[in-house]
Amino acid sequence: MNVVTPFEGIGASVKRKEDLRFLSGRGQYTDDINRPGQTYAAILRSPHAHARIASIDTAAASAMPGVVAVFTGADMPDLGGIPCGWQIHNKDGSPMAEPMHPVLAVGKARFVGDAVAVVIGETRAQARDAAEAIAVEYEPLPAVATTEAALAPGAPLVHDGVAGNLCYDWHIGDRAVNEAAFTKAAKVVELELVNNRLVPNAMEPRAAIGDFDRTTDEYTLYTTSQNPHVIRLLMGAFVLHIPEHKLRVVAPDVGGGFGSKIFHYAEEAIVTWAAGKIGRPVKWTAERTESFITDAHGRDHVTKARLALDADGKFLALHVHTLANMGAYLSTFATSVPTYLYATLLAGVYTTPTVYAEVKAVFTNTVPVDAYRGAGRPEATFLLERLVDVAAAETGIDRLEIRRRNFIPNDAFPYQTPVALQYDSGDYTATLEQALKTADWAGFEARRAEAKARGRLRGIGISTYIEACGIAPSAVVGSLGARAGLYEVGTIRVHPTGSVTVLTGTHSHGQGHETTLAQLVTDRLGVPLAQVDIVHGDTAKIPFGMGTYGSRSLAVGGSAMVKAMDKIVAKARRIAAHLMEASVEDVEFDRGTFRVAGTDKTKSWGEIALTAYVPHNYPIEELEPGLDETAFYDPKNFTYPGGCHICEVEIEPETGITTVINFTAVDDVGRVINPMIVEGQVQGGVAQGIGQALLESCVYDGEGQLVSASFMDYQMPRANDLPPVSVATHTTLCTHNPLGVKGCGEVGAIGSPPAVINAVVDALKEYGVRHIEMPATAAKIWGIINASRPAMAAE
Amino acid sequence: MYDFEYHKPGSLADAVKLLSADPDARPISGGQTLLPALKHRLNKPTSVVDLSGIAELKGIKKEGNKLVIGALAKHFEVATSPEVKAAIPALAQMAGTIGDTQVRNRGTIGGSVANNDPAADYPSAVLGLNATIVTDKRRIAADDFFQGMFTTALEPGELLVAIEFPIPEKAGYAKMRNPASRYVMAGAFIAKTGGAVRVAINGAGPGVFRQTEMETALAANWSPDAVANIKQDADGLNSDIHGSAEYRAHLVTVMAKRAIAAAG
Repeated sequence: MNVVTPFEGIGASVKRKEDLRFLSGRGQYTDDINRPGQTYAAILRSPHAHARIASIDTAAASAMPGVVAVFTGADMPDLGGIPCGWQIHNKDGSPMAEPMHPVLAVGKARFVGDAVAVVIGETRAQARDAAEAIAVEYEPLPAVATTEAALAPGAPLVHDGVAGNLCYDWHIGDRAVNEAAFTKAAKVVELELVNNRLVPNAMEPRAAIGDFDRTTDEYTLYTTSQNPHVIRLLMGAFVLHIPEHKLRVVAPDVGGGFGSKIFHYAEEAIVTWAAGKIGRPVKWTAERTESFITDAHGRDHVTKARLALDADGKFLALHVHTLANMGAYLSTFATSVPTYLYATLLAGVYTTPTVYAEVKAVFTNTVPVDAYRGAGRPEATFLLERLVDVAAAETGIDRLEIRRRNFIPNDAFPYQTPVALQYDSGDYTATLEQALKTADWAGFEARRAEAKARGRLRGIGISTYIEACGIAPSAVVGSLGARAGLYEVGTIRVHPTGSVTVLTGTHSHGQGHETTLAQLVTDRLGVPLAQVDIVHGDTAKIPFGMGTYGSRSLAVGGSAMVKAMDKIVAKARRIAAHLMEASVEDVEFDRGTFRVAGTDKTKSWGEIALTAYVPHNYPIEELEPGLDETAFYDPKNFTYPGGCHICEVEIEPETGITTVINFTAVDDVGRVINPMIVEGQVQGGVAQGIGQALLESCVYDGEGQLVSASFMDYQMPRANDLPPVSVATHTTLCTHNPLGVKGCGEVGAIGSPPAVINAVVDALKEYGVRHIEMPATAAKIWGIINASRPAMAAE
Repeated sequence: MYDFEYHKPGSLADAVKLLSADPDARPISGGQTLLPALKHRLNKPTSVVDLSGIAELKGIKKEGNKLVIGALAKHFEVATSPEVKAAIPALAQMAGTIGDTQVRNRGTIGGSVANNDPAADYPSAVLGLNATIVTDKRRIAADDFFQGMFTTALEPGELLVAIEFPIPEKAGYAKMRNPASRYVMAGAFIAKTGGAVRVAINGAGPGVFRQTEMETALAANWSPDAVANIKQDADGLNSDIHGSAEYRAHLVTVMAKRAIAAAG
């Protein structure tokens, strides 16, 4: 008997289990947590992008009402620096420059927002009042905000020991082979572009509470993190020197991360350390302005690329030179983003036989830059898909045709790219054709003409992309400089009456794991969804884990659960065999029912679970009681979601305002567990991609001040900026994980920006526009139109 | 925010007394500008005088050929008032586009006009309609009231009580929003009142101003075409990360055309 309705397993759009608490205001976020005797931290931040700190006088602040303690960097001589998790090597094999990142600035402040001192107060307001009373004597220094400025001869040094502000000068690919291929080219297309810096802006600002129990010497950190075990490792082992068994990290409900909550931040170390010093809990919650000037920013690449083509438009070689802004300090994954998450994707979905990329990572007096939704892959995709469109325009080959000519064909998988990755599966023609049909590409010229009659410039743009996620095989990333393994952990705990608690090392901060992961259990074990709970986000409950980023939760975390369920089913079959007096080999299991093959002898899931915990009639000599299994899963490869995005825009020439009319996404994310959640993930990613392409402008001035440091100046996409997004999937299964899943969290943000910009360029083609930098704001577009107006006197 | 005293007087006289006695006291009506400034610790008043309990500052009524709007009228009230919609539909339409629903249900016309944010909406309506500002002490013509960025003719302690809008034959408003803040990047409020045309431009410059060249052209020919080729001088206009002075100057003409089209 099958106890499950078929609608709750893999492929069912079941509603999200977590939404009742989120939609009814009962989520429990870090700032909702209050500990007895709690104090509040206010952090004094540098108003200068670059300044020597001559002195800090905390006497007046310490004497203010409600002040419990004031600390500066000088009070933390024994603490380690905030570590970087990935060591990149230079072209010559030497390791990257890795300057110390002190928890509180020592000697110098290196960006506006750099933490200089902390006040612990009885109330938030008292702490803040006292922070303003700290007298810091700054000696401002010249600052550099851009990679270009930082690399200029004689530029001010962000770190005195890092010559030329160069973190690393890295490359991938065979340069000689690459150069040789260019000599055979019938045509070389060149493009310079910027991938604009972004501020992540999760809805929930970062927050942290440190707690210390003097009776047990145990520290607890509640924090807005995507990966509590990683924070425990980084902060415990490298910064505070607290062994794991004395440090618990809890990441409760978290209101969005988009990468910005992966990293270990100074504030986490500050509140944990200070809680030990004062013997009371310490809470810090970022204000929105602090989020702007301390959450790691994203992107910020400046790139020059050359593409060689033969006479038929086949890509022969790609050469890429990129400057990547690291900001003032190396954030946790910062160094891997413009290298192994970027340059390895530069083959895209094309058969380009040789790719050579060199990347210089550069220190500047700006907020550290690190992974933001897509992390490296949007940068690679934007470059490639813009370059392919320019190549189409300059060779006269239709932009669909040039893509089709260069696609990796379906029979080429597994496909080894010239930049290290091996793609396992994909069908780029299918996603392209499906998207063309959905978007009615063929009917576009009629829509363009109709728009023109209304005085509007209409354009259509396409992007055929691939990304790599489900990170990552530990041995592979280890050989590339990662300082951690990237496996995942899952525990399946079957209770005596058959319900299931899953412990996962991944973390849900909006993705809906409490539903999707439960569907895996329902599908495999036949336990109704209501009887499966997912527990995540607490190092005291979860054996271990590497967390959620890089669209890895299902591909890696889900696979760990499958391995644990394999163990559960194997053991349960032995119990069932004992009860039914059959041999284990003859016991079949299908969604909740154990059956002796070919007979009507069955045992239900509940009977087996109960027997495991009440082992009266049990093979006790050969089998332990209980039904509780843990598995670690280390992936065999990355997964490779891909697909096709098509965007259609209209520009009002009078104002330059671009309206996105519609957006079509056809993505291959592997097996789909919950189509509704996939649709939501893609929609959210596309919203952020449209934000990057048209709206979001992170601006530093020449002195290193963040000009766009509030929502008054930084334009997040809003509902009325966004079009209807048509989301569909076309599945080819991942060949190397047990679920066949690839991941869907980042595809929207990766595939969409070039589709939008290609559409804008297409709309402006009568103005001779070859490229437009993101964000393509109204002012920028009007500037282009206005500049070419004299040449179009007939208009 | 910093600590401050809070007063809620019941009469205009009491409010004026509180404000006159303390130069560092600040009046508050809807709080849509002052509250964020307080929260960001950009403003440190000794006391905040809440005007919301003063009956003399409330109400919207038609008096002869004028519409008199009390300082405390919220944007939502102006937007939905049958009197305003009948007499000056462009004013109601403008009020309905200020900020968002929350702002419109807190912010007041008096607060907006007294604050004179260059990117606010109402100052262009006041100037374009040649309204009169009524304070607890005197009556001030719109042309004399606005004196540049965040500056007005109001004396310290002087309170804006009501605004008298002459009812125009025609009026229209159009604006381009700042993409991030949704304040005005460039806007034009254009009215024909008693045969005279006034063109008030907001958002584009450091304060609301009249575009007299357009006024002359429209007096001769009331149509969008009349202003289509009038170029606003970019000199002195705002220039920032959202748009150059040249872009704003161009938008002035575009918004003027649209305002006339809206006015009919």
